[in-house]
Amino acid sequence: MEPPPARGRDSAAPKLDTAGEEAELELGLGLSVGGGGGGERAGAKRGRILTARDFPSSVGTKRAADEAVSQEPGGGSPTSGSQVVGWPPIRAYRMNSLVNLAKAPRAEDDISPNEKGKSKDGSEDKTRTSGKSDVDGREQKHIGFVKVNMDGIPIGRKVDLNAHACYETLAQALEDMFFRPAKTVDLTGVEENRQVKKSSKLLNGCSEFVLTYEDKEGDWMLIGDVPWGMFLTAVKRLRIMRTSEVNGIAPRFQQTSERQMRKPI
Amino acid sequence: MDPGKSRDSAETARVMQFPNDVLERILSLIDSHRDRSAVSLVSKAWYNAERWTRRHVFIGNCYAVLPQIVARRFPNIRGVMLKGKPRFSDFNMVPPNWGADVHAWLAVFADQYPLLEELRLKRMTVTDESLKFLARKFRNFRALSLVSCDGFSTDGLEAIATDCRHLTELDIQENGIDDISGNWLSCFPENFTSLEVLNFASLSSDVNFDALERLVSQCKSLKILKVNKNITLEQLQRLLVRAPQLTELGTGSFLQELTAHQYVELERAFISCKNLHALSGLWEATTLYLPVLYPACTELTFLNLSYAALQSEELAKLVAHCPHLQRLWVLDTVEDVGLEAVASNCPLLEELRVFPADPYDQDINRGVTESGFLAVSLGCRKLHYVLYFCRQMTNAAVARIVQNCPGFTHFRLCIMKPGQPDYLTNEPMDEGFGAVVKTCTNLRRLGVSGLLTDLTFEYIGRYAKNLETLSVAFAEGSDRGMQCILDGCPKMRKLEIRDSPFGNVALLSGLEKYESMRSLWMSACKVTLSGCKLLARQRPRLNVEVMKDEVDDGQSYKVYVYRTLAGPRTDAPSFVCTL
Repeated sequence: MEPPPARGRDSAAPKLDTAGEEAELELGLGLSVGGGGGGERAGAKRGRILTARDFPSSVGTKRAADEAVSQEPGGGSPTSGSQVVGWPPIRAYRMNSLVNLAKAPRAEDDISPNEKGKSKDGSEDKTRTSGKSDVDGREQKHIGFVKVNMDGIPIGRKVDLNAHACYETLAQALEDMFFRPAKTVDLTGVEENRQVKKSSKLLNGCSEFVLTYEDKEGDWMLIGDVPWGMFLTAVKRLRIMRTSEVNGIAPRFQQTSERQMRKPI
Repeated sequence: MDPGKSRDSAETARVMQFPNDVLERILSLIDSHRDRSAVSLVSKAWYNAERWTRRHVFIGNCYAVLPQIVARRFPNIRGVMLKGKPRFSDFNMVPPNWGADVHAWLAVFADQYPLLEELRLKRMTVTDESLKFLARKFRNFRALSLVSCDGFSTDGLEAIATDCRHLTELDIQENGIDDISGNWLSCFPENFTSLEVLNFASLSSDVNFDALERLVSQCKSLKILKVNKNITLEQLQRLLVRAPQLTELGTGSFLQELTAHQYVELERAFISCKNLHALSGLWEATTLYLPVLYPACTELTFLNLSYAALQSEELAKLVAHCPHLQRLWVLDTVEDVGLEAVASNCPLLEELRVFPADPYDQDINRGVTESGFLAVSLGCRKLHYVLYFCRQMTNAAVARIVQNCPGFTHFRLCIMKPGQPDYLTNEPMDEGFGAVVKTCTNLRRLGVSGLLTDLTFEYIGRYAKNLETLSVAFAEGSDRGMQCILDGCPKMRKLEIRDSPFGNVALLSGLEKYESMRSLWMSACKVTLSGCKLLARQRPRLNVEVMKDEVDDGQSYKVYVYRTLAGPRTDAPSFVCTL
């Protein structure tokens, strides 16, 4: 068990002022290893499972998150519970799956007030889980499928949101559905095809069309503004809109922040 | 047994002088890492015999030692398990690109262990390049397991499927990866037959079903198959009839409109799986199709329903068919009533995990409560591992639970609202956790939550003599609390603390302790940079790594301290400072 070699402390030491406070923590030998691409890219990993940063108000956030114009007084204080990063301690993968499960009651706007009162144990829990097997005989929207219409095409389609974990794959699916491009995805690892964002024209504004959705409040929003999980709880249907018509949609930033301040969680 | 003492020592002397090959033969039968560590400390001869015969090495912290050192000590390794990032990285508390890249290890292994067969990684960064390198350089490679890793895409998996001709295991779990396409599955060669374990449950892209079906038919030794959500019930049936020898099955989506005929076929397929002891997947499972499982349930020992939001009656009906269940994972949609059904039907239960279906929902009328836990403890006396997410708990209930099941080894209670007291008495949860540590003398892992004062930690320090892992969040109290733990728990290995008022005094009180632990994590506590620097200065054999915690206006830090023989790491990103 030999002692470690004498360290070159200087290279690793932070530059601090005499008060010992964290001036610029100019830190060590930052070799960027592997495919990380260097530096922190908040949530920028392609198709990555959404992290706390991607859920400004629901999963908990660092206040540095761009769009979260959050003005909670206690910001991140324990008593607000749901606002805390990494709490409750559940792995990102599971969190993502739970979002899909939990969204069901909120997405069901078809339920009339009558039927809500009818639920069995007086709790609304039943609405959450039943897919097709609903004993009430209620028209259950199949969890996950929403209608998609494209400007200029009379017949709409349906897409299963449950089959997607992020906007990129959803956009790809829709492109396949409506544009039927030749399969250009080269799967042997050609660099540009990894940039799913690039190949998804609907998301990056290069196309004549943009992807929008109608939320529960009846507003049409641009897709990609809110974290995937929030989107799932809010979306009613999708529309592939001509870019020229997009001006009618509320400006991204303002709309998003308004929503976040209104949201209960 | 020998009567005389002199004969004893003669015997001992003879044993110590065993010829090496006999010693090696004996030692090669020992698998447990801990036993092997113990063996290596006996004498130089035993140290040598042990290192030559070791085939599997487990490295709990990839930064604790350099790969070259490992290779030098153990020349004949066939399987490696590596763990990387601190556990809290699972909950997004560690920024991306933190490190734990496996490539440096693979490079050394390519040289020193060209015959490497198994690689099991947890919380490591693995790039596609690394996967391609692995597939190319290790001709004998057999088993790859990636849990909670990141950095790679399905392209990397293609390389594995294409080039690893002897692959027996491909186990991909809960990784943060780029799921580009399911094409990787089609990359297995036409005549491929060696697969025994295939788990792609957490991948979301569609795989080519024909390729999968062919793979399953050809791999007659396939024992564990866990497919992803996109595989339908109808497809599942086709797979099952080709693999009735399965011991563990992860289904795809359990929601599909089946004709009566298809339903019967599916049922029959499950009946033919006579060796099934573990079942998972079951996404969107509902009362409609769960009954097809019943015939397969009689021999089930592990049932993972944590992706199926079942209601109480649905669970009750299901567990009525599972008398031999030992491990059960569920969502809290089953509620206390569901857990009561478990208590009545599964007397052999040893492990229970209850996950919250809606973690951010503050409504206390949902999910499970103390009474569900209590019910299980009454019905399942062999219970020793629990992970329980709930919205309310009482000290009295916890005390009774451990009275019913004093054999707890892992007690992880997560009261979801930070700092919440006993909801009946409004007192801290000190007495509850105190009861846990007093009663459960075999306790190795403890997760505490709710309102806690120093008293909790005094109890832990005084009673938890076998405790190895402790997770603390949102506790109150003072430095004294953490001091009690560091002073009192002789077997502590992993201590992770967040959002608790422990400062430099507490941190430094562990000066004597940290080198006997694997690691310490503290975030959003009261530790300052100067405290950390002091620690680093006093203990050169520890790496004291500090990250600025962005949430708290940069006032607090994330501190990660771990023992190491490798010195400060050379791949630390700019946001990590090794003091």
